[in-house]
Amino acid sequence: MQIKVMTNILDRNDQIAGEIHERLSAANIFVVNLLGSPGCGKTSLLEKTIASLKDELSMAVIEGDLFTAKDAQRIEQHGIPVVQINTSGGCHLDANMVNSALEALDLEKLDLIVIENVGNLVCPGEFKIGEDVKVTILSTTEGEDKPLKYPTIFKQASAVILNKVDLLPYTNFDMPAAIHDITSINPQAVIIEISCQTNAGLELWCDWLKKQVQMKQARSI
Amino acid sequence: MHEMALAQGILEIVLKTAVEQRASKVTSIKLLIGQMIQVEPECLTFGFEALAMGTVAEGAQVTIEITPLIGQCNSCGEQFTVEKYCFICPLCNSTSIVVVSGRELAVDYLEVE
Repeated sequence: MQIKVMTNILDRNDQIAGEIHERLSAANIFVVNLLGSPGCGKTSLLEKTIASLKDELSMAVIEGDLFTAKDAQRIEQHGIPVVQINTSGGCHLDANMVNSALEALDLEKLDLIVIENVGNLVCPGEFKIGEDVKVTILSTTEGEDKPLKYPTIFKQASAVILNKVDLLPYTNFDMPAAIHDITSINPQAVIIEISCQTNAGLELWCDWLKKQVQMKQARSI
Repeated sequence: MHEMALAQGILEIVLKTAVEQRASKVTSIKLLIGQMIQVEPECLTFGFEALAMGTVAEGAQVTIEITPLIGQCNSCGEQFTVEKYCFICPLCNSTSIVVVSGRELAVDYLEVE
């Protein structure tokens, strides 16, 4: 006997993600799912963002990491709330993990939560975790071929950050090709070139992020 | 290696359906996986077989249909196969494209006894 099911395999995850999103929207909090490969500069960008915006926005960070608390320790030094999720080898965060991590945050006081996902260009792209936007980082040392190799994670990003532009003279990274491929995969994506070493482009990024938070908060008034 | 998490999701759907249908055995499972879903089919099947051991779905034949990546233009309505992940309408150059196929990750149907 054949039984038609037609059920999304990630239904349960997506349902929890939807509940998180609703809960955080009710609390007027904007949520970023920060994605990128290991070493692309996710934590560095976060540190720069906190330093620049912490007086204007009340922020918290959820750190996804396979085994360590190294990134959370870096964030903690900036004096904002940070929650560590260890996936014990798991390659991505899922909605349930984020849901548990939220227990440790005082949601009343926050404008922005950034969730730094596990460093990986494949798996985290398939799991919603309650975010308003995904932001994907690609660094110049990884090569410009990555968007076409890992299109999903670039397709879903509201903003794509091209990091380590200060290293461009020492790499064969083809910036026009990278921008062409990202735009072709995701014509709506905002693309921002930055360096966490020289601070180039960081103002543009922080302005974009601040605007997203303000737009969400304005919508809910 | 998110295939194990997906395999777990499949098993939950299969077992729930089997209970609802009062099936004593699930003989085959058909999955739909989009071309733009980053999943290794063999890895997914292997993970599922391991998880299904000892359940009514043990030994079920898993078949995977890969659905093609198809976009539809919001401006002119053209439907087209997306090549090289280029989401720009080949007819009118619009960048407002909806994915109509190619992002599926679903249990399509089961065969049960």
